[in-house]
Amino acid sequence: MATTTVPTKQKKSFFEGGREDSPFKRLLIHLALLAYCVITVYPLLRIFTVSIRPGNRLLSTDLSLIPADASFESYRIVLFDKPLLQWLWNSLAITAATAIIGVILAATSAYAFSRHKFPGRSLGLIFLLTTQMIPSAMLMVPIYILAIQLGVVGTYRGLVVAYSVTSIPFSIWILKGYYDTIPIDLEEAARIDGCTELEAFWRILLPLSAPALAIVFLFNFTQAWNDYLLARVMLGAQETLLTWPLGLQRLQAQFTTLWGQFSAGAILVTIPVMALFLYTSKYLISGLTLGSVKG
Amino acid sequence: MIEGGVVLKSLAEVGSTVLYVLIGTLILEAFLYLVLMRWLKYRYALPFMLLAPAVIGLLVLVVYPLIWELNLSFGNMSLRRFKNWEYVGFTNYVRVFTEPVLKQRTLWPLLGQTVLWTLINVVAHVAGGMILALLLNREMKGRGLYRTIIIIPWAIPQIIAVLAWRGEFNYEYGFINVILQRIGLAPIQWLTTPGPNFAAMCITNIWLGIPFMMVILLGGLQSISGDYYEAAEIDGANGWQQFWNITIPLMQPVMAPAIILGTVWTFNNFNVPFFINQFELESSDILVTALFRAAFQYNRYGFSAAFAFVIFIFLLVYSIFYLRATGALKGVR
Repeated sequence: MATTTVPTKQKKSFFEGGREDSPFKRLLIHLALLAYCVITVYPLLRIFTVSIRPGNRLLSTDLSLIPADASFESYRIVLFDKPLLQWLWNSLAITAATAIIGVILAATSAYAFSRHKFPGRSLGLIFLLTTQMIPSAMLMVPIYILAIQLGVVGTYRGLVVAYSVTSIPFSIWILKGYYDTIPIDLEEAARIDGCTELEAFWRILLPLSAPALAIVFLFNFTQAWNDYLLARVMLGAQETLLTWPLGLQRLQAQFTTLWGQFSAGAILVTIPVMALFLYTSKYLISGLTLGSVKG
Repeated sequence: MIEGGVVLKSLAEVGSTVLYVLIGTLILEAFLYLVLMRWLKYRYALPFMLLAPAVIGLLVLVVYPLIWELNLSFGNMSLRRFKNWEYVGFTNYVRVFTEPVLKQRTLWPLLGQTVLWTLINVVAHVAGGMILALLLNREMKGRGLYRTIIIIPWAIPQIIAVLAWRGEFNYEYGFINVILQRIGLAPIQWLTTPGPNFAAMCITNIWLGIPFMMVILLGGLQSISGDYYEAAEIDGANGWQQFWNITIPLMQPVMAPAIILGTVWTFNNFNVPFFINQFELESSDILVTALFRAAFQYNRYGFSAAFAFVIFIFLLVYSIFYLRATGALKGVR
């Protein structure tokens, strides 16, 4: 991708620009970075440490990373005795549906904003920006009461629709920014060759926008996957219906007895999410900065 | 442990929802096609058809609830008066400004606390992110590894990070107090006393927020051409002068949107104050958690609707002021 190669080229010119660091300065820089890495990683390693403590030594002031009598008891409990897998499944079903609906709605709307002039266009864009300022807690009261009146509390219906709609504004912004960078000439050429406008959109613009579509899908996905607030309001108290954030919070609430199980669950949930994020972070970051540069 | 019945039920529910949304969209599009395209031959038929599903979604789930909430803010709905609530005029708004919003806290101390919270966090995020970005913006061994490790807090689900931090703020067994005791200091009651609890919220949120700023700022730094520094070097500028006179001005276009976004996100941050405190100390609430508490712990729906609009006005005033000052809306073309 062009955007990722440009910075490295300029970075080289930056280094050619002079400024060689002295070895002493280098050492200091490495020490500072190492110190910050410890601050970053230690709290996370602690989750792992607690998760492999045996049940009778859960509460201890021991600071060693791997306790002497490590056991995977907590993992066994959350996997087989607690409904963790059920919670993960619930989250996955809701999240996948959300992301699919969200991407489809945003991709078509962003096309209208990018390639067409129509009455109310700039008003619409400003409205999309304004919705980003609404605190999520503000919408909870009316959505909760409306959900009760519609009878969708305790089901996934309301949740799926609400998630996919609330992330639309941000998705449209990202996608519009990306469409704007793709020259319209390609689509015009296709239309001269006899494509209709929608065919040109489907066959030319969408495939070229694959990286941005992936970012938006990921954004929609993480947004719904990590949500606690709306799920807490919309889902009842039935344990098997919960999403994983609600379930883990229940385990954490019984801190003294279930700290190990909470930690084991946290590790199991985090590892795949973290791997996915780190794997895609390059694209994610270029998408974010692209959006901000293009405005 | 998975229950087959529940799995099937959730699949059916989610699947049917997607199906309903698709069918609804198709009917809507067919209707618009017939009316706008065939019957009226309207110039803007195609963009309106493309926008219609998203617009209707936003109308139903954002605009309508907001109007409904505005309506509710003039009524006295609560758990006891759920069905038979009445309009009470501006009583709720008067109450937001004159009576305690929660059990003891009134509005202005809450606003002050929220501003303090936002200020501490955004300043720490930008300063910390800038320092790390400057350190990483050079050719060095292990650069990619450092960068990957530093963005980990951004990569893990926020709720897990915050709940884990809450565990570590435990008086007896959390690692912070254990370390404090090992080096001979008195342990701190992070979760039960107001000052340390607020500090605990800030520590957690700063830890969470630095990676995002670092990544954005590093991206900005890398796009500054080395020629500027070369020229400055020839003119005899030292590192500090180069930073203030080259780096900061050239970073403006990257920093301004990141700071606006960071401010609004921090002001509206729900997860960190909510999960560190978990409704125990009222003194740790910021506006958005107080709003949630007023609505869902004390069940004063009408009152919290009015409270929500007051908070929204604060945010709007800030944003208009900031947009005027920076002209950041020029991007809307």
